[in-house]
Amino acid sequence: MKLIALGQDKTCTAVLMALAAVTFIIPFCNLVFPADSPLHFSAYTVSVLGKYLTFALLGLSLDLVWGYCGILALGHGAFFALGGYAMGMYLMRQIGTRGVYGDPLLPDFMVFLNWKELPWYWHGFDHFGFALLMVVLAPGALAFVFGWLAFRSRVTGVYLSIMTQALTYALLLAFFRNEMGFGGNNGLTDFKDLLGFNIQSEAVRAVLLMLSGMALIAAFLLCRWLVNTKLGRVVTAIRDQESRVRFLGYRVEMFKLWIFVFAAMLAGIAGALYVPQVGIINPSEFSPLNSLEIVIWVAMGGRGTLYGAIIGAVLVNYGKTVLTGLLPEIWLFTLGAVFIVVTVLLPDGIVGLMRRRLQGQQA
Amino acid sequence: MNTYAENLFDENDKISLGHLFVEGQVDTRHGPILYMEDVSVSFDGFKALNKLSLYIDAGELRCLIGPNGAGKTTLMDVITGKTRPDTGSVFFGQTIDLLQMDEPAIAQAGICRKFQKPSVFDALTVFENLELALKADKRTWPTLFFRLTGEQRDRINHILETVGLSALQQARAGILSHGQKQWLEIGMLLMQEPKVMLVDEPIAGMTHQEIERTAELLVSLQGQQSIVVVEHDMEFVRSIARKVTVLHEGSVLTEGTMDEVQNDPRVIQVYLGG
Repeated sequence: MKLIALGQDKTCTAVLMALAAVTFIIPFCNLVFPADSPLHFSAYTVSVLGKYLTFALLGLSLDLVWGYCGILALGHGAFFALGGYAMGMYLMRQIGTRGVYGDPLLPDFMVFLNWKELPWYWHGFDHFGFALLMVVLAPGALAFVFGWLAFRSRVTGVYLSIMTQALTYALLLAFFRNEMGFGGNNGLTDFKDLLGFNIQSEAVRAVLLMLSGMALIAAFLLCRWLVNTKLGRVVTAIRDQESRVRFLGYRVEMFKLWIFVFAAMLAGIAGALYVPQVGIINPSEFSPLNSLEIVIWVAMGGRGTLYGAIIGAVLVNYGKTVLTGLLPEIWLFTLGAVFIVVTVLLPDGIVGLMRRRLQGQQA
Repeated sequence: MNTYAENLFDENDKISLGHLFVEGQVDTRHGPILYMEDVSVSFDGFKALNKLSLYIDAGELRCLIGPNGAGKTTLMDVITGKTRPDTGSVFFGQTIDLLQMDEPAIAQAGICRKFQKPSVFDALTVFENLELALKADKRTWPTLFFRLTGEQRDRINHILETVGLSALQQARAGILSHGQKQWLEIGMLLMQEPKVMLVDEPIAGMTHQEIERTAELLVSLQGQQSIVVVEHDMEFVRSIARKVTVLHEGSVLTEGTMDEVQNDPRVIQVYLGG
C-alpha cells in the first residue's frame, strides 16, 4: 500500500513541477529571448500550450465528477462553453465602436439582425468583475438546477449520462438560433481588448498561458485537498455503494449536487480562459462530441487520480494537434481506437500503467 | 394488538399523562421502540408482506426466522425507508412516523442496518469506513470541514478493538475476508450509536470462532440498544435469542422462545413443507 502511495506522490510532484515549468518558464522565454535564440518559444507554442492547460483544467473537473463521484457526465463541455460565452460577452462589449458597424453599444451581429437595444442578459458584461462572476455562476446555476432535479429523483448510471448528453445537445441547438442573442452560428469573435490590453499581442498571450497554468495548479491543489477531506471520502463511498451511504445518514443527492456544481464552476473557469486564447466561442463547443472527448482524456490519463486527467488531456490534445495537421481525416478514427484500447487494455489509464511499472521495479 | 395504535392516536392520553411531545426524541414509555402494524407490501401482485404486525421492545434482542421469501428482508427495507408499504403504519417510539422519512433521516434518527451482503467501502481503509459511519453532523459543509476530535478517535479505536480489526485499520476494506467485512460492517453500525440495529445474516461466511464472538457481541449489546437479527443458522439463533419471531408468507406465524417455536406444529409444517 505504501509503495503505491509513494509512487502516486512522485508522479503527482512530477506533474506539478512540469506544470509550474510550463506556466512560468515558457512565457518568460517567449517574452525575454529574441526569436532567433534557441531558448525562445514561439507565439504558436505559447497559444497551443495555453489551450492545452485549459483543457487540462476541464479534464480535472470531469475527473472529480466521474472518477471520484462516479457520475459519468457526458455533457460536461456545456459548462466549459457557458464559461466561455460569459467571457466572450465581456470581450464583445470591449470592442465598442471598433466593430464593422461602429455601434458603441450593440455587437455587430445584433446590428446585422436589426436589433435596436441590448438584450437584458447582456447588461453588466461590460464590467470585467461581473463577467468573471458569471463565468462561475452561469455554469454553476445550470449544474445546480440539472443536478437538483436529476439527483433528487435518483437518476443514475446510463440514464443520467444520456440526460447530460441531451442537455448539452439542447444547448447546442439553442445557441445556434440567432434569436437567442449569442451570435447564432458564428458565435462571438473578432475580439480586440482584454482589460484594455490588445488580445492579439504576444505579451497578453504569454500572460494568458501563465494565468491558465496558475488556475490549473490552484484547481489541482484544491481538488486534491477536497478528495482528502471527509467529504471526499463520502463522495468516493457514493461512487462505490450509493445506497449504503444513504443508510449511514448522508443525503447522497446533496453531496452529488455539491460536487457537480463545483466541477461545473471549474469547467466554466476553463472555458473563460480558453476563449481569449483561441479568439472565438461558437455553439460547436456545446457539441456532444466535445463532451465525449473530455471523457476520453480522463479515461486515458487514469480516472480517480486528478493528475491523470491532466496528463490525458495534454497528451490527447497534443496527438490531435499533430494528427489533424498531418492527416485530418483520420483523427476521429484514431480517437475512437485510443478509447477502445484504453478501455480494454488500460482500465486505469496511463497513470495505472506507470504505477504498475513502479511496483514491478520495487518488487 | 391494536391497543398501541389507539394510545398513539389518542390526544387525550397524552394530556392525561402529562406527557410532553418532544420533536425527534424516541418515546418508549409504553415499552416498544418499533411498531409495525398491518403492513402490506406487494411487488407485481406478489405479497411480500401481508398485514404484518410486529413490536420490538426497547433494549430487546429479537431473532427473525422464516423460510426463503417469508418477507424478512422486505421487512427491513420497510423499516429503513427503502421500500414504502402499500398500507399499514410504522412508528419509531410512539411519536416518530417512519413512513414520512427517507433513508438518511431514518438512519440519523437511530435505526441502522447491516446488509445481507456485506456492504463496506472497498476503496477506503478500515479506519475511514468507521469514520464515515461515526455519529456526526452529516450535512455537506460540516463534512467538508470535519476533523476528528481525540474523543472520536478513541471511539473508533475502541470499536476497532471490539470487532478485532485494530491491526488492519490502515488496510483497504477491499482486501478483507468475507467474515472480516461482516465485522467491519457491524463496527460501522456501532459507530452510529443506534437505538435499533437491524442485522441481516451477520454470520454468513464466518469461521466457527468468529460466529461465537459475534454471538457474544450481540448478546452483550442487548439492553443498550434493540437488535433485530435475521439469520438462517438455527444453532446461532438458539445461542443468542430470548424471543424468536417466525415469518411466513409475509406475516407473523408465531412468536416465542426458541423451544416453543421449534415445537410449534405450524412452524414444523412450514419448514418441512408437510
